[in-house]
Formats: sequence, C-alpha cells, structure tokens
Amino acid sequence: MPEIRGRDLSRLAAAALLLTVAAGCVADPENTGEGAPLVLADANELGRFNPVGGHGDSGQSQIYDGLLRLAPRDGSSSLPDLIPWLATEMPRRNTEGTEWTVRVRDGVEFTDGTVLDAEDVAATYKAVIDPASASELAPSYDMLQDVTAGPDGTVTFTLKYPYSGFASRLLLGIAPSERLMPGLAAESSLNTDPVGTGPYTLASLRPDELVLTANEDYWNGAPEVKTVTIIHVPDDNSRAQRLQTGEIDGTVLPPSLAAAYEDKPGYSQEAVETADWRGLSLPAGNAFASDPQAVLAMNLAVDREAMVDHVLAGRGVPAHTPVAAVYGDAFDPDAVFPFDPEGAKTLLDEAGWVAGEDGKRTRDGVPAAFDLAYNASDTLRRDLSLAFASDMSGIGVDVTLLGTDWNVIEERRRDVGILLGGGDKPYDLDSQLFETLHTAVPGTGSPFANPGNTGSAEIDAHLEAARTSTDPAERTARYLAVQDLYVQQPGYVMLAFINHNYIQREMGWQNIRTVLEPHAHDVGWGFWWSLRDWTRE
Amino acid sequence: MPAQAPLLSGRQAGRRHRRADLRTIIFRRCVLAVPVVLGVSLLVFLLAGISPFNPLTAYLGDRYVQASVEQRQQLAEALNLETSWFSAWLQWIGSALTGDLGYSRVFRQPVTAVLSERMPWTLLVAGTGLFLAVVSSLLMAVRCAYRPGGFLDRAVGAGATVLQGLPPFVISLGLLGVFAVAAGWLPGGGLADPGAELSAGQVARHMVLPVLATALSQLPWLVLSLRTSTAGIQASDAVRGARLRGLSERTVVRKHVLPAALAPFIAVLGSRLPEVIVGAVLIETVFSWPGLAAAVVSSAQALDFALLAALTVLTTITVLAASLLADLLYMLLDPRVTADV
Repeated sequence: MPEIRGRDLSRLAAAALLLTVAAGCVADPENTGEGAPLVLADANELGRFNPVGGHGDSGQSQIYDGLLRLAPRDGSSSLPDLIPWLATEMPRRNTEGTEWTVRVRDGVEFTDGTVLDAEDVAATYKAVIDPASASELAPSYDMLQDVTAGPDGTVTFTLKYPYSGFASRLLLGIAPSERLMPGLAAESSLNTDPVGTGPYTLASLRPDELVLTANEDYWNGAPEVKTVTIIHVPDDNSRAQRLQTGEIDGTVLPPSLAAAYEDKPGYSQEAVETADWRGLSLPAGNAFASDPQAVLAMNLAVDREAMVDHVLAGRGVPAHTPVAAVYGDAFDPDAVFPFDPEGAKTLLDEAGWVAGEDGKRTRDGVPAAFDLAYNASDTLRRDLSLAFASDMSGIGVDVTLLGTDWNVIEERRRDVGILLGGGDKPYDLDSQLFETLHTAVPGTGSPFANPGNTGSAEIDAHLEAARTSTDPAERTARYLAVQDLYVQQPGYVMLAFINHNYIQREMGWQNIRTVLEPHAHDVGWGFWWSLRDWTRE
Repeated sequence: MPAQAPLLSGRQAGRRHRRADLRTIIFRRCVLAVPVVLGVSLLVFLLAGISPFNPLTAYLGDRYVQASVEQRQQLAEALNLETSWFSAWLQWIGSALTGDLGYSRVFRQPVTAVLSERMPWTLLVAGTGLFLAVVSSLLMAVRCAYRPGGFLDRAVGAGATVLQGLPPFVISLGLLGVFAVAAGWLPGGGLADPGAELSAGQVARHMVLPVLATALSQLPWLVLSLRTSTAGIQASDAVRGARLRGLSERTVVRKHVLPAALAPFIAVLGSRLPEVIVGAVLIETVFSWPGLAAAVVSSAQALDFALLAALTVLTTITVLAASLLADLLYMLLDPRVTADV
C-alpha cells in the first residue's frame, strides 16, 4: 500500500503553485516601435486558404492575386472600378458576350518559384466549375461553361449565356495548376499551405494564430507592412476587450460594440458601405401578403430610418429597392417609399382590409396576417424581423415571427415571408437584381430567388436586356427602368443596407483605403484590404 | 525459515491469483470496449441521419440561398452527403480501421492532423488542472481530517459546496474578468501573445487561467467526497482502536485514515473524467484555447461528421480507459476488492 507522505505532497503542491505564479509574473518584452508586427483578430476559423473553396473570391486575399482587382474611386461609397492585375489589360468579349478573352501578365512568379501562366488561370477556374471539387463558389459561376488556355498566354472563358457583368467574376485568386488536384476543394493542401502570387506569404499557421510575411519579390513592389499576425477570437466581446487592452491592433466588430469606439482617441473606426441588403420576401400562398395593395402599404408603413438608427446603431443605409446609392448613375434616388403609416392605412382600407374592434385588419373573414421566417442563428435578421413586426402591428397587420433553419424555411416558402439578404457579388448590378426580381423560371435557380414569385414580364425584359447588353448606357437605363417599375409595384419589403464595422489602433500608417464590400466581412476587408499599399511616408 | 515457507507460498499464490484477476479484467474490458465503441460511433451517424439539419447548409453558409436545386444536388453528391446514414457509417468505419479518419470539412484538414494539432493542448490544460485539483483536495482533506467539524473543516465544506454550484463557464468568465481584464496580470486567451514565439514561458503564462478554471471546477467534488469518506473512516472501529492504542493524531490520520479513504477516492476520480471533458469544452471556448474540446463545438455546429465521429470515439475510449485504470488501482490498493466485473 503506498504511503502518503504529507511533506512530499506539500512540497509538490508548493512547487506547482510557485511555478504557476512565477510563470504569471514573467513579463515579456513589449513589441513596439517601427518593426512591430500588425496584430489583428478575426472571428472566422483560420486556414481555408484554397481559392477554389471560396478564399478571396472578391480579390481580397493577401496571398493570391486575381486577374482583375478592385480600385475604389472614393472609398466604399461608390462602385469601385475593375482594373487589370494579373491580366495585362481588361478582358475582351465577343459581340454576343459569350466569350471573354484575357491575356495573362508575363514574368509573375508564385511564391514557390514557379512562373504564372495561362494554364494556372484556366486550372483555377476549371476547378471552381468542376462538380468534383464541390466548390462553394459554383453557384456564382453558373454562367461559366469552359475555360481554355491559348498558346499565346491568353485565357478564353466560354459562357453558357451572354453575361455582360462577367468581368466582376475575374477577381478570384489564382493558384498554381500543379497544386490544383482533382477532388474536393475542402481537401486540398492549399487550405493550409497556400501558394499564390500575392503580396504576402503564409509563414505559420496554428489553430489560434497565423502569421503572414511580406513577399519581398512581389511583382508590384514589396509591401511596407512586413508582418501581420491574425489571431482567432470567435467571441465578439472578447475581441472588443482585447482591443481595449492593446493586445490587438484591429478587428471587426458588430455595430453595438463598434459604437463604443466612436470618437475614441487613438482609434480609427470605419463603417464600410456594402450593397448587402436585408429585406423580406412575401409568401405567394398568403391572401394578405400577396395582395399588391397590401405590399405597397407595408412598404409605406415600415420605418427604415428607425431600423438603421436602432437595430444597426446608425451603421447602415435605408433600403427601398435592392439598388444601393453606391451604384451611382444606375441608382434612382427617387425610387423610395416615404414613411407614411396613415397612407398605408388608407391603402389597406381601400383594398378592403378593414380594422376590427381589436385594431386587427381582416377582409371577408381572412385576417391580415402572415408568418415571417428568419435564419435563427442570425441575430441581426431576428432584430430586423422584430422591428418590422412591430411596425406592422401599428397598421393592424399581424406578423408572427418564426426563427428556424433554412431547410424548414425552404419547405414552407409558399406560406411564410422570409428575411433574406443579398450582396454577395456586388460589383455588377446583375447579381444584385436578376435572381431577386426576375419572375421564377420553373426548374431553374435557387428556391430562395424571388420566393414570392413577384415581378412582371416588363421587369424581366429589362433584366434580360441589361444582362446581355454591351452598352453601359443602355444597361444603366434598363436598371433605372427596373427601379421605377419596382416602386410602382414592389415585390419585397426592403429594409436596409448594412455597413461593416472595423476598428484599428492608430499607428501612423498612411494610404489606408477601403472599398465597397460584399457580404463577407473579416480582416481581409476594412482597412486591411489596402494593406499592401500602406506607407509610412 | 521452514516455518515461514508455507505462509510465503500462500502469499505468492495469492499474488499470482490477483495478477490473473487483473489480466482477466483488462482482457474483458478491452473485449467489451469493442462493441461499445462501435455502438457509439453508430449512434453518432444515426443521430446525424435523423437530425433535421442539413450539412450542406452548414457547408455553404450564407451562399446556401443562392444555390439552385441542381447545384445543391451536385454538391451533395460530390461531398457524399447523399448516402444513407448506415452506409455512411460503414464507409467511415471501413476507412477508420485502415487508419484513415477522413477529412474535416470545417477545418479543411485531415482529421488526424486536427487531432494531433489540438490534442496536446487539451491534455496539457485538462491534465494539469486535474492534477492540481487532486493534489489540493488531498492536502485539504488531510488538514480537515485532523479536526473533523473544526473551523477549517466547516469552511472547506462550505466553500466547496458553493464552488460546486458554479458551472465551469461562470468560473472561467469570473477568472477572466478578475485576472485578465480588471487586473491585467494574465493574458485572457490563446496559447501565446499574438506574434510571440510559442515558447514554454509563453504557454505557461497563457495556461494559468484555463488550468485554474479546470482545477476550480473539479476541486469541490473531489474535496467533498474525500471529506465524507475520511469522516466515515474516522468513526470506524479500526481508527478508534488506533487512537486507543495511544498513537499520535498525526499517525492516525496519515497511516490509518488516509490510506483507507484513498481507495474510494481513486474510483471517484475515474468516474469524473466525463465531467472534466464537458468542463473543457466550456473552458476552452471562453479562453480561445485551441484544444480538441473547442473543436467539438465547431464540428457539431458545422455537422462535420468525420471529425465529430472521431472525437466521440476518442472520448469514449478515454472514458473507458480511465474507468478501467481507476478500477485496477482500486483493486491494487484494497485487497478486499475482487475482480468480479
């Protein structure tokens, strides 16, 4: 039987305690000054660097370059230009818009020393559309039929149908062809061992932290910020706290937490604009919600300004149609619904939806009521749904909320309104409008594209003409016409475009630029989208 | 000498008999473990099969709503999501037996890489925390045993009862708030300071709070059970006899009370392991500690079945092994216990 020796035990415990305390007290030399690495915190899991699996699909990768790159005109408040990057010039298209040709830049090397050529470009895009890779990007490249590398350094993209906004799909990062094995994108070694032509290379990757170092041989000049450390902090509050203690230099925060940094000395904060809308579709199978007069009334009765102020803490823009002001000439500033609850009530009265003694409206015994479903894990959609339901109860319309899973929503999509979002590919208006407003074509498209199946043949004709037209002026005119038709007979209740919130400690860097952002928001965007161009001056 | 011979050989025979017993119990448990592990893994796939959640929704995230029905079909086929849960299990078990645990969809790495990258960090924190809890509960129990019902005894009892009522994440958030945010003495998360080398000193500093949280959440149960068994033994005839023989209190506690109390304590320790694992899930999440327990959460949220199945099986094996180890130690420490399991 082992003998318990109290003294040994005490010593052991004392030693353990001492070690713990001593370890806690050892201060590490502070990393400050010129060469200090930039430390950012991100909420997403680290890794997943395969461009075929969706990394850097809008050209925001620090590791990969795309054929084209975004060039902001004035920050995030307008649609950025697309400029040639790994391409020598902008793509050329045939008259039908079904064939796009790009010449690949000469003399660019991947960080593994191999030379970039047309084969690499073709292989990357082929992998995206190959069903065997199960790429998350496949839905965005639905129009792409085939990609071939020509003998003279050109790449030709063949499309299934004319698509005049195809240049906006050429931002995707290019990987070396020899690293693009057939098979699932999720299982590629590029996820943890990326090789690109971009301004940074991955120096180390741990579950809690990754380090990027400057690619000194970058073809467009090595970046001045030499080291970037990105740590994984999934919890929003933890990121805010660690920014406060100075442990990290910058991060992305939800609106409520970002509001605390407004006017805080030593920090810059930026609410970057997006075309990322939130709005609700209306169920075709519901007598009230499919009544055109009722839809118009709901659009008048919803207080969008209040939603932006309260739900988004001021970090957003009211949305009346899916077209945001950032689209410039193609945006119709008059395509708005005034906030007019009294007008809404009149409209409903006229349409026969009259208020009973309890204030709730009915028509021939049918209540003015419907269910509104949202993805339960998304708190922003929940809060917007709540605000909408409260506005509707003000005009006697009963909206019941249903927080659930996308599968359930899909099964019930004829009977429930859905709080939807958009703006994943904002750099051409087609992806913002076509699926959302075009009437359903049976057997094609996503079940969530225009779930209420609203719209008209006239809107369809404009959308189709804009998709195929080669003339920018004509496209603009078509999109303006769509907005004009939409406000006469809306099919949705659009609520707001949301801003993305980034906070950064001021460190004296210059030439920091932001750009209009898609749905995604992480430390690849915000201030850090332009990381490669930062200068000390 | 000849007079002692039969006695010795009797002891030897007894020892041999006991060794055979130990071998039997190890063998039996290992044989039993096979259907248990198979059953648990089957259950994971069954639950996944009847779960209303769609792994494709998790895979595509916000892009799910853009995919057409045809595209979804293609993706589901390529990702092998179309097979029934049972054939998915058959495929999984078939390749698992050859050492191929498949790919983790959420971490985009082979499951074995995820396990080997994260397991050491979980073992480090959970192991150190449990060790700290065991040592300090033993120390406290010894002190309390000197004067049952005395001030220290009552204080420890009350303190442990209060602490037992606190879930691990409350303890973790409390520690984080006091030591990391308010006082700023210790880092609040991660393995090392951002950008710093992953040195022993760095990890030591960063593991203090998660280790303390583990120790504090395991301590009360251990202290309380040890205290109860020492109290019972204090009142036993054997201890009363020892006191009557005039042995010092020190000797009574150390040579008579503690050894007798230790055997049930070890059995308790073995059965505590599942609690340690559940606690680790919460503690690792709060402290952004990149261990396996944190991976459980991510893989469950993303319905990443390859990783989830591997983690479940690993946990099952660990729990079975710990309970076997505890029983073996119990048998070795207490000759009265027989191996009739």
